[in-house]
Amino acid sequence: MGKKLLLQHDHVPGIHSYEVYRKHGGYASVEKAMKQLSAEAVVEEIKKSGLRGRGGAGFPTGMKWSFLAKPPGVPRYLVCNADESEPGTFKDRYLMERHPHLLIEGMITSSFALGANTSYIYIRGEYFYVSRILEKAIEEAYANGWLGKNILGTGYDLDLYVQVGAGAYICGEETALLESLEGKRGNPRIKPPFPAIAGLYGCPTVVNNVETIAAVVPIVTMGGDEYAKIGIGKSTGTKLISASGHINKPGVYEIELGVPVEEFIYSEEYCGGIKNGKQLKAVVAGGSSVPILPAHLILKTVNGEPRLMSYESLSDGGFATGTMLGSGGFIVMDEDTSIVKNLWNFTRFYHHESCGQCSPCREGTGWMEKILHRILHGHGKISDIDLLWDIQGKIEGKTICPLGDAAAWPVAAAIRHFRSEFEEYVKNPGSIQDVKHYYRLNNLTEA
Amino acid sequence: MNNIRFSDESLALVQKMIQRYPEGRQKSALIPMLHVAQAEFDGWLAPEVMDYIASLLNIQPVEVYEVASFYSMFNLKPVGKCVIEVCRTSSCWLLGAEDVIRHLENKLSVKVGGTTTDGMFTLKSVECLGSCGTAPMMQVGADYYENLTLPKVDQLVEKFRHDGKRKCYTDQPENVTI
Repeated sequence: MGKKLLLQHDHVPGIHSYEVYRKHGGYASVEKAMKQLSAEAVVEEIKKSGLRGRGGAGFPTGMKWSFLAKPPGVPRYLVCNADESEPGTFKDRYLMERHPHLLIEGMITSSFALGANTSYIYIRGEYFYVSRILEKAIEEAYANGWLGKNILGTGYDLDLYVQVGAGAYICGEETALLESLEGKRGNPRIKPPFPAIAGLYGCPTVVNNVETIAAVVPIVTMGGDEYAKIGIGKSTGTKLISASGHINKPGVYEIELGVPVEEFIYSEEYCGGIKNGKQLKAVVAGGSSVPILPAHLILKTVNGEPRLMSYESLSDGGFATGTMLGSGGFIVMDEDTSIVKNLWNFTRFYHHESCGQCSPCREGTGWMEKILHRILHGHGKISDIDLLWDIQGKIEGKTICPLGDAAAWPVAAAIRHFRSEFEEYVKNPGSIQDVKHYYRLNNLTEA
Repeated sequence: MNNIRFSDESLALVQKMIQRYPEGRQKSALIPMLHVAQAEFDGWLAPEVMDYIASLLNIQPVEVYEVASFYSMFNLKPVGKCVIEVCRTSSCWLLGAEDVIRHLENKLSVKVGGTTTDGMFTLKSVECLGSCGTAPMMQVGADYYENLTLPKVDQLVEKFRHDGKRKCYTDQPENVTI
């Protein structure tokens, strides 16, 4: 059994309620932060812990916090990113639904460390029922003196609110999220300035993922140095992995970073192997945006080392032979999966979710979807594969926000590792089944 | 426009929402308010409803239109009493979302995006709803229905037909699983 820091009370009945959570040591990090430490000392503990952003980018949290500008007389904000929309990712929902007080506690401790007196949890609109759970937990926290005026007699005030979005993947990008929180379209902002300087309402703001904020709780309680001993190398601590696809035991698993990928897929403690006794074909390891890897490269690096569930090991080999840990959305595909169809499904997603602000992304995602569609339906040419390659290269790095990269990488990786499968669709369209449905689904006329 | 007005209950809720933000930043309440409006006014946002919201927030109507048209949860045309949204992305797709969609199309005699002639159901396919470990799934109102099989879909459709359920932001979700 690996170490658990976030879900260690997962099987305690009623852990979502204040009383049970408190009985199991809940809110200790707030007491410790406010009574034994100072705001600066909490930031130091986070830096020492080596915690990296759990939303996908993996940026060191302590460093992000230390960038926060502190001009006198200007309010600062902490905003929790609960917009979880990366296909394959559902860990934040799990955590908020079952352990709402862990997030609330993390928000209080983090807000105290950053000197924020108003904080928001921005949750995707579809998670409306989860927002109700959070609101109830917030009410309980107010009633017990953890929120409001003069918390623990320290003179520190904090108000915490839940803000519900309305269906837009782009709002997981932190500046789009801030725009949305201000009541606008979710168009990402040009950076700099970064939110640490000018974020919500033009004020210094930190935006952190749900799991990142939750991890602040064990870090403050156990100390940053102790936390840093867990995990492997610069991948410290534990990570929630959302496992889905063709596996026997889909679900959310808290792993100590460094577990071998092979163990994660095949052991009974985690995914329990491939469904229906089939063979593993490919894995998307960190949410739909990260490069897909064929079985041999996800299990072992190109040098033959066992691949581990860590930031470094998953990205070993760069994009040529590696991928990314990303959000931890681990999608497993069996031998019968069509990589071309899957890529079309992903590309349709990015086309649908592009905010339309930058032309390479707005146009490019549409072109890629259309080209994949025609390849899928037997109207593709070999040159289309090169055209796809060309288009993705013209999106990557040429947009205001990372949605462009996120749309380009899956295309590049699928062609890089499975080019022959694309060629097969072009050369032997007879092998394609079930094409008409796709046209109907999208109200398209068959070409 | 004169006959569009929130119920007292919704108005109280909306006033409470507006207080969550600093002075002068009340526009932040726009998206939550649009959810309340959509729930109250037949599941969609008619232009006059959006104009009413603009007047409450003291902003230009176009500031409401541009937001309402950006977010996929807001309906800009009438919908059925019960909106069925089937996830079509990634893991749901790998595990049979297409079959669920096709089954519903046949069962309800309606294409994705359409509304049944009796005005009861609108069928939509939507992008990832964060339910990948319990795929395939669909959302109706505030509720998630997961690990779908075709017989389960049949049962649910009958239940919705009986309950006359519609998307309602202000109601308590029924199947919170904690």
